Amino acid sequence: MSKGLGHSTRAVSASWLAAAIVVAMALAGCGGRGGRRALVLAGSTSVQPVAELIAEHYEVEHPHHSVNVQGGGSTAGVRAALEGAADIGMSSRALKPDEVGLEPIVVARDAVVLIVHPSNRTTDLTPEQVRAIYTGRITHWSDVTGPKWSSDDRRDDIITLVTREEGSGTRSAFEEGVMAKADITPRALVQDSTGTVRAIVASDPNAIGYISLGMVSSEVRALTYGGVQATEETVEEGTYALARPFLLLTRGAPSGEAGQFIRFALSDEGQQLVVRAGYLPVRRLDP
Amino acid sequence: MTVARREKAIERALLVSALSAVSMLALIAAFILIEGAPVMLRHGISSFLAGTRWAPTKGSFGILPMIVASVVVTLGAMVIAVPLGLSCAVFLAEIAPRRAANFLRPAIQLLAGIPSVVYGFVGILFLVPLIRENLGGPGLSVLAAVVILGVMVLPTLIGIAEDAIEAVPRTYKEGALALGCTHAQAIRRVILPAARGGIIAAVILAMGRAVGETMAVIMVIGNAAIIPCSVLDPARTLTSNIALEMGYAAGDHQKALFATGVVLFAFIMVLNSIATMRIVRGRR
Amino acid sequence: MTIPIDVETKHRIVVVLLWLAALVALAVLAFIIAVVLWNGLPAVTLSFLLESPRDMGRAGGIFPMVVSTVAVTLLAVIVAAPLGVGTAIYLTEYTSETALTRVIRFGAECLAGVPSIIFGLFGFIFFVIQLGMGWSVLSGGLTLAVMILPTVMRTAEEAIRAVPESFREASFSTGASRWQTVTQVVLPSALPGIVTGVILGVGRGVGETAAVIFTAGSSLHIPTSVFSPARTMAVHFYILAREGISMRHAYGTAAVLVILILAINTAANWLMLRFQAKQG
Repeated sequence: MSKGLGHSTRAVSASWLAAAIVVAMALAGCGGRGGRRALVLAGSTSVQPVAELIAEHYEVEHPHHSVNVQGGGSTAGVRAALEGAADIGMSSRALKPDEVGLEPIVVARDAVVLIVHPSNRTTDLTPEQVRAIYTGRITHWSDVTGPKWSSDDRRDDIITLVTREEGSGTRSAFEEGVMAKADITPRALVQDSTGTVRAIVASDPNAIGYISLGMVSSEVRALTYGGVQATEETVEEGTYALARPFLLLTRGAPSGEAGQFIRFALSDEGQQLVVRAGYLPVRRLDP
Repeated sequence: MTVARREKAIERALLVSALSAVSMLALIAAFILIEGAPVMLRHGISSFLAGTRWAPTKGSFGILPMIVASVVVTLGAMVIAVPLGLSCAVFLAEIAPRRAANFLRPAIQLLAGIPSVVYGFVGILFLVPLIRENLGGPGLSVLAAVVILGVMVLPTLIGIAEDAIEAVPRTYKEGALALGCTHAQAIRRVILPAARGGIIAAVILAMGRAVGETMAVIMVIGNAAIIPCSVLDPARTLTSNIALEMGYAAGDHQKALFATGVVLFAFIMVLNSIATMRIVRGRR
Repeated sequence: MTIPIDVETKHRIVVVLLWLAALVALAVLAFIIAVVLWNGLPAVTLSFLLESPRDMGRAGGIFPMVVSTVAVTLLAVIVAAPLGVGTAIYLTEYTSETALTRVIRFGAECLAGVPSIIFGLFGFIFFVIQLGMGWSVLSGGLTLAVMILPTVMRTAEEAIRAVPESFREASFSTGASRWQTVTQVVLPSALPGIVTGVILGVGRGVGETAAVIFTAGSSLHIPTSVFSPARTMAVHFYILAREGISMRHAYGTAAVLVILILAINTAANWLMLRFQAKQG
């Protein structure tokens, strides 16, 4: 047996020692940490990117202040804010009646738009049509727009219906704005993020889905809803019906660090960041 | 310290580390059970397991469609992965020229490290349209999940099985060849049976990975909570169900999701028991 | 009536089938890697590797994510490897096949089947909340350690089991104690298998998303201690791709991840070959 064998005993001992150190550090950490705590935001994955952008600039304005943004979904954000796990909750839908104890502050607005594949000749859908499609009453594109529904007429026309998962703020906004208590059919395909809904609609000529206005890209086509296109004006006026607020939630009135962050989000600089992220500001900004 | 006392101390330390895995498992199992069992008992185990309607916000907690989907997807993935993976393992260990093997082995280990989300996206961008345009259906389907999962568990299976085959002593093979077997016969009748333990371990670990994979499956299976009638239909597995709804579920709904976790646990325990029993019978 | 095929032909057919299997696996692998690198490499520049993300991740780089990935995975391996190998040694060298050993092995195998999302939830409630570690490298690393433990343990056990009895007998006959035999004879011989298990575990850990996002968090900052929250590259890809923020940067992250894994695996395999060469 050669000299190299001594190494393996040392290696084994070394790894045991390392493990012991880790466990010791872990136990030492149980007492909590000293030093400045970071501000924690948690909630809607739609609001998360905007919040991160605002946080990035907030940290530049206020050095030594740290902001951490978590996802989890609008409903998780509401709970995190209520239970104190997060300083600020993020939600992309209005609070439900039973979600009391939280102060909602609108920091941005967003529109939910229906998207289809670019080859789909449909350009507009009425609320009744959308409801019929999403409850499963209408299953073929030709029932909606007539036989020439696609630029490739040889295709079959069964609608591929895509929706978000139930905890999604985007879905809540869609359901409240369109479905009016009717249920989305259980045969609908459920995806749990904007990116995958968009990817599916972009690759399936028969697909229809809904995403945030700020996330529409050139690989899909946004439809007008009831003849109205989603723009800053139509959302502000209220003529585009599928609009939703981006909310920051605090327990009670915002104060301290949380208040400072929210004030920054509502400032001109913060609102310009909202626009840069692709969403709509809460008030008209000076050019 | 005398050698004997040191030996005893080392043995005790090793026992502690051995118990660590079991205690972690027990903790997780307890965690799921405590949260999930009450709601299962309250709504009735049979209506939970055999119920076909999952509408938690309205009080319906039937998970049969999800159970069917999980079973089909897991078994389907193994049907792809086991023959392909074992063949690759045999190839790497016995047939491949040394340089090719030294290149192929790390390449396959690389597959193990690719994030499940990447697999999911590659599935959405390439596999789903492929299925939709050539086989029909929306593309987001049981078949897509089966293929993606099969590929995902392949590296684990190949890696462990290959090591098991490599570890069979040279003398076994030489003996078989000396008796006049062809290489193929030697592999089938001598080497593989000798490597049985490791191969079964490889299959079990791969199966575990297949059952537990969440991210990639969610992206390509469609998640419609219905019982799939064909592999081209969309479906929802037990893990997808948990992942989709856990973020917002509350009260009974949340407990029902944990109860789903209990069912998954039972599922994996059953699968592992069956696989383990086959070794015991084989070794006799 | 069956066509009589002679043994030599059967052998050749088998060899051809095996080559086919290998090529299929290789083709799939090459395809996935190609997609990642094709879409991702254009985004990988020196500044991409060294800068922090800006503009929600649409611009800037992924340096904090690289650091986070290394930190979390390293922690997971440091914890899981000794525990896994220790357990394997105990099961094979220090006891015979009893009910306890079967329970331990069965427990590890069931642990391997727990869905990653359950690990995430468990890690969140146990490490982040109960033990007060918060969203941190520590919570993430410990959760990952539990996840990869079964793989390391079972692989190590099979590798140790495969060491021929004669090696041990020879060692005992020279008067070595059990522990000396283990560390100087059995482990070196079983090393390739153990390293495979660790590499597979590392691969799983680096690519894991659901468990990490609930425990290590998704902060964009460079983690400064084990108690800092961290966003690993897999989580970064997850967020960038799913929220549709930037597919280009998402793939760039995936490409860097692939290169990192390649580096780790190559290093591990190389180290092992050198170690074996020293054995003679």
